[in-house]
Amino acid sequence: MNIINIEHIAKIYEVGSEIVKALADVSLRIDKNEYVAIMGPSGSGKSTLMNILGCLDTPSRGIYNFEGFNVSEMDDNQLATIRNKKIGFVFQTFNLLPRSTALHNVELPLVYAGIAKAERLERAYKALENVGLSDRVEHKPNELSGGQRQRVAVARALVTNPSIILADEPTGNLDSKTGNDIMKLFQDLHEKGNTIILVTHEEEIALHANRIIRIRDGFVERDEIVKERTFLSGN
Amino acid sequence: MRNFLFELKEGLFISFRAIAANKGRSVLTTLGIVIGVWAVVTMSTAIKGIDNAFKTGVASLGSDNIYIDKWAWFNNDTPWWELRNRRDLTMEDYEKYRSLAKLPIAIAPTNWTRKQVKYGDNLLESVFLTATTSEFIKTTNLTFSDGRFFNELESNGGRAVAVLGSAIAEKLFPNGGAVGNIIDVSGKKLRVVGILEEQGSWVMGDFNPDNQIYFPLEFTFKNFIHRRESITINVRAANPQSVAEVEEEAIGIMRRVRSLKYNEENDFSINQQSGLLGEIDKTVGVIQIAGYFITGLSLFVGAIGIMNIMFVSVKERTKEIGIRKAIGAKRRTILGQFIAEASIICLIGGFIGLIFAVITGFVINQWLPTVVQFDAIILAVGISLLTGILSGFAPAYTAAKLDPVDALRYE
Ligand SMILES: Nc1ncnc2c1ncn2[C@@H]1O[C@H](COP(=O)(O)OP(=O)(O)O)[C@@H](O)[C@H]1O
Ligand SMILES: [Mg+2]
Repeated sequence: MNIINIEHIAKIYEVGSEIVKALADVSLRIDKNEYVAIMGPSGSGKSTLMNILGCLDTPSRGIYNFEGFNVSEMDDNQLATIRNKKIGFVFQTFNLLPRSTALHNVELPLVYAGIAKAERLERAYKALENVGLSDRVEHKPNELSGGQRQRVAVARALVTNPSIILADEPTGNLDSKTGNDIMKLFQDLHEKGNTIILVTHEEEIALHANRIIRIRDGFVERDEIVKERTFLSGN
Repeated sequence: MRNFLFELKEGLFISFRAIAANKGRSVLTTLGIVIGVWAVVTMSTAIKGIDNAFKTGVASLGSDNIYIDKWAWFNNDTPWWELRNRRDLTMEDYEKYRSLAKLPIAIAPTNWTRKQVKYGDNLLESVFLTATTSEFIKTTNLTFSDGRFFNELESNGGRAVAVLGSAIAEKLFPNGGAVGNIIDVSGKKLRVVGILEEQGSWVMGDFNPDNQIYFPLEFTFKNFIHRRESITINVRAANPQSVAEVEEEAIGIMRRVRSLKYNEENDFSINQQSGLLGEIDKTVGVIQIAGYFITGLSLFVGAIGIMNIMFVSVKERTKEIGIRKAIGAKRRTILGQFIAEASIICLIGGFIGLIFAVITGFVINQWLPTVVQFDAIILAVGISLLTGILSGFAPAYTAAKLDPVDALRYE
């Protein structure tokens, strides 16, 4: 089943008199339970693509269908709801609230989803447990290591049971050992049935995925299945 | 609705966290609100006190009274030289008025002087003395802590007797037991027959019964002043409704008594306590204007301060706003969060201001019996909340419409 379907997406920035085509023309389909890596050199448009896929940004041209809904025509509020309920983000720089505990950081998407306190705490705690941080719930980001921070971010992305997890260079700020731990975590998540889109410029990291989409200068250069899905859905 | 309350509650939690994280700065920015709320609550407390004092003052002297006098006490439409050139109002006029007036329930001629008063070593300079008749007490609501007012016999005979206001009695007889003792008024000996209960009506100034001595008018004529000197006629109506009729009657009678022709103006004035009310209103008006000015100014400064700090806060927390938006915060959620934050800061400021106002209220209470009024508290809370919402809106709006991608990229 199709979760993401984009057709002829472009994103154009005007910087002064110069026109920057961050994305020139991209069409993609991504199915449920896929584990996709978006690969490309720096400045090729990976983050721009991910922001559009994550409904953080809107394309200048083209059509974006998410689970059958035309996202290109949604307003700010509807986009916020999609981000909240359907999408989990993991960023290179973690993007945790610095003054809040791990538990509160993970709880926050549920606050915006309008879920009551007791249920929120239970789910946030469980999410932290799933990433192996049940003994760090009351720690603030600056009391955690980089790997632990990224785990908190993963827990936050997972807590709403989103349709898709978007990770933009999730290991970019980690040493290779903790980076590998995070990649193992993603592997686990994928095996449990989560759909994952991973943005990276490292071949090694991309190889964890089942499908690699290479982009360059705002175009899809190559799109290939590199291994069979570890997890097979019903259809 | 449930959803709204939920968002409000969560918004408040988020705001509390943010404020707690910036305690020092938050408190500093509230200074304007603190001063504003302090000013408005203190002002209303002081006005309440003046109001109370005035009411008790008028009540003790009798609010249903008119005072027929050569002089106009309060309204200054008539130039003073014209007043001075009026014929004196004498005992003769009083007696004629008294025989003709039907409506009043009590009439008493009075003359005021200042004299030195002493008892033993206790000496008081320039005490305000009211010389009057025994009927005077019926024109007032005064009560006694000891003794009585002088009676008709003493009054008509001009006996050497005196009634002391509570403050005078306190000063002359610190150990009590004034009644029966002889005091010295400017060399004349008078026997104390009564002491008034404390009235606490200091707004009445010299007319505050606490600071007066009452003694027979006939005694003054025998010892201090000439019989033909000007007096004031103290007239009491049966009730507040009949004051106007009594005044009308008095004008008619006095014109006859003074043999005025139809085209001649009154050469006397009918004075009322309400004239004093006008004076009090003027004083209160000045306090009020000053208070509103301070309040308005400090709230304005406060609002600008809060707005400024909220703009800085939004700028500093751009990344945080981006994160919140990425995980699903809607525009109105962010808007609400920052407005709530500004409002809470203002409410905290208002609360601090209120505490200062209550303390100031205790200080004022030393002179003016008063307490901070409940409606002043409501007003304080309302003002701080409104300031918070107004000053928080623009920064909150800026935060709410930030683009999530730009906000996340902000360092
Ligand atoms: N807000 C923006 N304004 C102007 N140019 C931008 C903006 N965001 C991205 N770009 C440009 O778009 C191109 C793609 O950027 P990005 O998607 O971040 O690349 P990647 O993540 O692959 O490194 C770059 O050339 C970048 O400079
Ligand atoms: Mg990037």
